[in-house]
Amino acid sequence: MNRRIKEKIIEGFFFLNGIIVILILAGIFILLLKNSIPAFREVSLQHFLSRPIWNPDAYEQPMYGLLPMLVSSFMVTLGSLIVAVPLGIGTAAYLSDVASPRVREIAKPVVEILAGIPSVVIGFLGIVLLGPFISKMTGTYNGLNALNGSILLAVMALPTVISLSEDALTSVPRSYEEASLALGANKWQTVIRVKIPAAASGVLAACMLGMGRAIGETMTVLMATGNAAAFPTSFLGSVKTMTATIAIELGEVAYYTTHFHMLFAVGLILFIITFIINLISDIIFHKHTRMR
Amino acid sequence: MGKNIRMKAEGVNFFYGKNQVLKNITLEIHDHAVTAIIGPSGCGKSTFIRLLNRMNELVLNTNLEGDILFDGESIVGDQMDPVELRRKVGMVFQKPNPFPKSIFDNIAYGLQVNGVKDKDLIEKKVIESIKKAALWEEVKNRLHDSALGLSGGQQQRLCIARCLAIEPEVILFDEPCASLDPISTHKVEELILELKKDYTIVIVTHNMQQAARVSDYTGFFYMGEMVEFDKTEVIFTRPRDKRTEDYITGRFG
Repeated sequence: MNRRIKEKIIEGFFFLNGIIVILILAGIFILLLKNSIPAFREVSLQHFLSRPIWNPDAYEQPMYGLLPMLVSSFMVTLGSLIVAVPLGIGTAAYLSDVASPRVREIAKPVVEILAGIPSVVIGFLGIVLLGPFISKMTGTYNGLNALNGSILLAVMALPTVISLSEDALTSVPRSYEEASLALGANKWQTVIRVKIPAAASGVLAACMLGMGRAIGETMTVLMATGNAAAFPTSFLGSVKTMTATIAIELGEVAYYTTHFHMLFAVGLILFIITFIINLISDIIFHKHTRMR
Repeated sequence: MGKNIRMKAEGVNFFYGKNQVLKNITLEIHDHAVTAIIGPSGCGKSTFIRLLNRMNELVLNTNLEGDILFDGESIVGDQMDPVELRRKVGMVFQKPNPFPKSIFDNIAYGLQVNGVKDKDLIEKKVIESIKKAALWEEVKNRLHDSALGLSGGQQQRLCIARCLAIEPEVILFDEPCASLDPISTHKVEELILELKKDYTIVIVTHNMQQAARVSDYTGFFYMGEMVEFDKTEVIFTRPRDKRTEDYITGRFG
């Protein structure tokens, strides 16, 4: 009897933990939603979603167009994926199939440590190292632009992409590899044509998680992309992402103004985007593990 | 080396780490014949056959002493490219292991990685190999379906077809019927007898009746040693070694 009560208590405790996480998530969503709604008393939803200008401080008519920062966010995220995905999968393939055990033992932890570098440090490197380099190579003014942000975000997404892709590749059944080699395929043919396709869902989930990381990243892009609010035109132009906009403006805005509530609306959009990305990668990932 | 000897092991010792799993194996594999290797589990027979196409290289920390020859040439050193060797010495594994691709692509893969680009030629060879593996009637209407939808026996014949497509000279069968039902086993055995006309075959099996049915030569392995090697009929009727006799009469194993 005594033991049963104890078990009930323990069970209840863990149940409570699970519930709390869900409550926090729901709480954040409600908070964002509740604070977003008042914004649309003065500005229409259509204005928010379709105007190409974000200028809350305009004297005559403030503009609250989401598009410039939405496009900015997607530009740097896409740019980072273009760098991080091939590099990440390539590195993962190297680590899982080509590297000697000794190299792997050293390289894998190093990659994982890379994930622990504070984003402000990476942003700092963007300003003092990558910025001047880009500026010199392309002749732009200071090299603080979408390209810079993309490369830095790629560096930040890489550990996730590498580590999870490597796990996916390592878990491909050995028999596929043997079958391929026995047919006279070399190591790289085996990796590219048999192992990566067999691990596709895991690799895809890894890339999606990397993307989730990149789109929500704030400090790095804030420091490295220049933060001009104009509609982005090229990777060599300065951009201001959703995250950077919130971080910069929320500290200075007067409370309970339309501008204040608008920033919550931007946060809500960001929340929804990352939620969907994480959800998709989770679904893909679970499909992958179920198949085995 | 005799004219009709394709492969030969000479004094082969093989170690996993410090654990010696093969002891001084010397064995000749005859051209256009089926050589069976029998013995109880853990006797080293699978390890031995995997040396013939250097498949053990996937396992770390192994050590080989002695020499293995293919048409008189050593295959164990750096002068032999394992990729090159595996094109001539094909292998069918214990568990059917088709790729998670279509039936057609499973066979085309071997051709493609070996540099065949001509689509018509690939298609011709795919069909030819499926027919040779006695699988055509069963799959001709679903060549582009996933190979994973086939039964175990069909999958194994697909793996044989995949191996035939790259036109090896020697085919190694590593307990090919271990996971198959009796009817599928029968089909694979018939196929092996048929393939003997064109290929040199080595088969590892723990099924003595199977060795008796399909092979011309038989080697009996026991605890890492090759106890006896002879024509199959001799091994099964007049074994010289007491251990061979005990094994084939079912006293252990």
